[in-house]
Parts: sequence; structure tokens; C-alpha cells
Amino acid sequence: MGGIRKIAARGGLYTVVTIFAFFGAFPFYWMVIATFKTDHDLFSPLNNPFLFNEPATLDHLKLLLFETHFLTYLWNTFLVGAAVVVITLAMAVPAAYSLARWAGSWGEALGIGIFLTYLVPPTILFIPLSRFASQMGLQESLWSLILIYPTFTIPFCTWLLMGFFKTVPKDIEEQAMVDGLSRLGAMVRVVLPLSISGLLTIVVFAFTLTMHEFIYALTFISVSVKKTVSIGVPTELVRGDVFQWGPLMAGALIASIPVAVVYTFFLDRFIAGFTMGAIK
Amino acid sequence: MGGAGMATAEERPVQAGIRDRAELLAKLMIVPAIAYIVAMIGFPFLMAIFYSVSDATTGDPTLRIIGFQNYAAILSDPVFRLALKNTFFFAFVSQALVIVFSRILAASLMQEFRGKWLARFLVMLPWTAPIALGTIGWLWILDSIFSPIDWILRNAGLLGTPGALLGPETNMYWLGRSGLAMASVIFVHVWRLLPLATVIQLAGLSSIPRDLLESAEIDGAAGWRRAVEITIPLTLPIIGIAFLFGLIFTFTDMAVVYVLTRGGPVHSTQVLSTWTFFKGIQGGDLAQGAAISLFLFPVLAGVATLMLRLARRTEVV
Repeated sequence: MGGIRKIAARGGLYTVVTIFAFFGAFPFYWMVIATFKTDHDLFSPLNNPFLFNEPATLDHLKLLLFETHFLTYLWNTFLVGAAVVVITLAMAVPAAYSLARWAGSWGEALGIGIFLTYLVPPTILFIPLSRFASQMGLQESLWSLILIYPTFTIPFCTWLLMGFFKTVPKDIEEQAMVDGLSRLGAMVRVVLPLSISGLLTIVVFAFTLTMHEFIYALTFISVSVKKTVSIGVPTELVRGDVFQWGPLMAGALIASIPVAVVYTFFLDRFIAGFTMGAIK
Repeated sequence: MGGAGMATAEERPVQAGIRDRAELLAKLMIVPAIAYIVAMIGFPFLMAIFYSVSDATTGDPTLRIIGFQNYAAILSDPVFRLALKNTFFFAFVSQALVIVFSRILAASLMQEFRGKWLARFLVMLPWTAPIALGTIGWLWILDSIFSPIDWILRNAGLLGTPGALLGPETNMYWLGRSGLAMASVIFVHVWRLLPLATVIQLAGLSSIPRDLLESAEIDGAAGWRRAVEITIPLTLPIIGIAFLFGLIFTFTDMAVVYVLTRGGPVHSTQVLSTWTFFKGIQGGDLAQGAAISLFLFPVLAGVATLMLRLARRTEVV
């Protein structure tokens, strides 16, 4: 009897997990299908859409890679992401260290204050920021994105790093200072190397958040060759009213999967920082 | 928190000479970040408020204060009122569903089974992949002619024949009819935020002391009773945090609605963020756009306050 109940529970578990996995992954599965289907197969309403009724094709991928600006979008995204990572590290690392170590009681309050600015949404800021960008002549320039994306990476990464720095024991720093290093020297030579995993987390998040961003890119960039991948794919692979579904799905798929793989590895840390240390 | 203050008191004798320098360093190191936040978040936020009481447009962006006319104008605009209603409706309905589903999923993922890493990767995809690109996938799935859902319905005899349950037309037009378009937007929001809520709930569930669950098991409490009497009350603050984060994300999201429907058909899926974009950026009316976007703020401030309180409460647990 117990055995049967156990098997039933196991079966129930697999059923639930399979349903949710299918639900989460279905659009991406659908992208794979569309990427390799011939147009004729794709656009015949009577064909079974789940099967390859005609031989698979690489035409959509070729079109995407060689006849659209897709590779340019990827390159633009990479440039913006790299610059945002550098700016974020340069500002968030010292700020977080300062708040975690030297600031005392006002550090915590200020840290929470900085985190809360993360909650001011782009939807409120993008109108004034679009004016800034045009006054500074940055309209249609990747620099506008590089300048503005740290508005969401700095608050969040500072908060996350604060948590990391607090886990490095103070004795280690003090020992380094006894050995003759200055305060700053102890931070750079001793604490930062110990916080490598935290710093790596910041790099990954600053980069993935940049890749995910949609509103600012849509507002500031309308010239095709300047677009990032998250707006280039949805806006440029549509000619007039004609959606080029094959290349469109291929582009969405290629840009999504690598970032999703990397993100998954860091997800737990992201959430821990996100929920403000409420969950430990 | 209190520990930090005590620690500096302990350090004092060790490094009496450099204490002043440490304080100076602390200030120097935080200044760039604060300056950036003030310049790029604080100042634009104030500018948004100024814009909302001015008559600025993209053609003539000078700030002439005209008072609350913009607010009066947008409040009397039926599209705005619809967008306001939709924003709340989409956010609350989708997050209510997300909380229920994420609870079920988290309880499953608490157990060990083969292929768990793959299941986790697939389940997390909607959150880890860029939202605009995931939504493009849904746009194709919900296509007016080639939707695979319609194909299944047609082949099941539910659609496309005279007297069929869902009507004689060959397609559902998921994004072309107002009710279905709203349901589609909510559905994609649920899809997108389920992973986030699941991870938060997972963390909540794994924070429950094991002996508590075991003693309940010995008492013979059945699965659902254990959930109602022990796990749900214990993780309530964390469920609250998952709900509030979901609210913020759906409340301020523009990508899903913009990619799926652009607010259509006939504004039936318009929300505050898209309406801000269409009025303020595409329509060039900076003043009204800013005023529309500021309606998001009181809700966000309220949510943030609640969240801080919940975070404090979970620290006690």
C-alpha cells in the first residue's frame, strides 16, 4: 500500500514539474520550430504546426545573420553592457564597501535609501531623461544608454555588494593593517580578492539587466544600426506590417538562450539581494 | 545594524591614528555613487514633477508652469481612466495567480528528483531571458492566423465549424478582441513573473526549521493541512514580498503590452506605462506624459513601505 502511494506521489510530482517546465519553455520551443521551418510550411494553416511537414531549412538563420543588422545589435548590446559593467563596478564597489565597513549606523539607512531608488521606474524617468539626452546631443547614440543604464544597476549592485562585504571577517582586514597596509590597501589587496564571487555576480547582473532593458532603448534609439538586441529584434525584423517570423524567432532565440544560461547560475544570489536580505 | 556601531567602538584603540582618515575615505568613496543617483534619478524625478505642471512639448520644451491643467485634462480623458483601471487589474489578477502557482511549483522543487537542474532551467527561462524577446515568442503563438492553439482547437472540433463551441470562425484572434487581448496580457505577465515568485517562495520554504515539519508529520498532519497550519503562516511575510515585487514589475512593465498589442485593440489593453510612452514620447506631449507617469508613484511608494515592513518581520523569523 505504502509503495503504491509513494509511486503515485512521485508521478504527481513529475506531472506538476513537467507541466510548469512546458509552460515556461514553450515560447522558446516554438522559436526553435519557426527558426528551422520553411516559409511554406510555416504559413500553411492546415499543416500540423508542431511537426516539420517539409524538410528543415537554414534560410532564416542565413537571412538573419547576413541580411539584417542582427550581428550589429549583438555588438551594440555587448558594447553597452561592457561599458555599464565598468561604470557600475567603479561606483558600486567603493560605495558598498564604504557603507558596509566604515559608515556605521547611517550606512544601513543610506544603503536602504539607495536600494529604494531602484524602485523608481524607468516609466517615470524616461521623459525627463529623453530631454537630457537630446540637450546633450546624445539622441540616437549608444552613449545615452551607457550613461543612463547605471540608474538601475548602481542601486541594486551597491545593495548586493554591501551584503557580500559584510561577510568578509573584519579580522582579516585588521591583520592586513597590522602587517603594514593602509585602510585602502587592505580593501584593494585583501578584501576585494576575497569577494571575487560577489564581484562576478555584479558583473553578470549589470550585463544581463542591460541586455533585458527595453524602455530606454526604445525611447532613445530609432536608427536601425544603433539598436540593441532587445529592441532591434522586435522592431526591425518587421517590414511594414509583414512579420518575418522565421528570422524573428531565430533572433529572439539566439539572443535569449546564452543570457538565460548564465543568469540561471546566479539566480539565487540575485534573489537573495533582491529581497533585501529578508531571506537568508 | 546595531552591530556596525559597536564594531567601530571596538576598532578605536587598534587604529586611533587613522580613524579620521577612514571616515574621510568612507565619504569619498560613496560620493560618486550618491552624486550619480542624485543627478540621474533624483533630478529627473523632480523634472518629471515640473513637466507635469508645465506646458512643455518636444517641439517647445521650455518650462512654463501652468498648474494642474494637465492633471485635469488627463483625468477627463477616458483612455487614461481605462489605462489606470487596466494597470491595477492586470497587476492584481496576474499576481494573485502567480502566488498560487508559484506556491505549487516551489513545493515541488523543494523535493529531490532526477533532472531537477533541467526542470529548473526551463522553469526559470521566462525570467532569465530578455522579456521583449520572450514576448515576441508569445506574439507568434497568439498569431491571428497561425496560432498553434487555434490549430489544436480546430482539430478538436471546438472551433471553425458551424455550431462549434467556440464559434464558426477559423481563428480566435487572441490579440484582436478586447477580452481575449486582456487575458493574453495577463497570461504573459503570469508566465514572466512565475519564476521570480517561485525562487522567493523556495527560499521561504527552505527557511522553515526542519524539526517543525517533522513533528507535524509525526502528529500525522496531512500534506494540505501541514501547508495551511504551518508552512503558509510561517512564510506569509515572504509570500507578501513575492507578491509586492510582482506588483511592481507588472505595474511598471511596458515591454509585454507594447510588443503584444501596443495597447489595442482600441486601447483595451492600454496601461499607464504604454500610455505615457504614446502620449509623452510618440505624441510629443512631455507635460501630459509626465503627469500620467506620476500616477504610478503613490502606488510604488506604498508598496516600497510595505515591503520594508515585511522585510523587517522576516528578519525576526
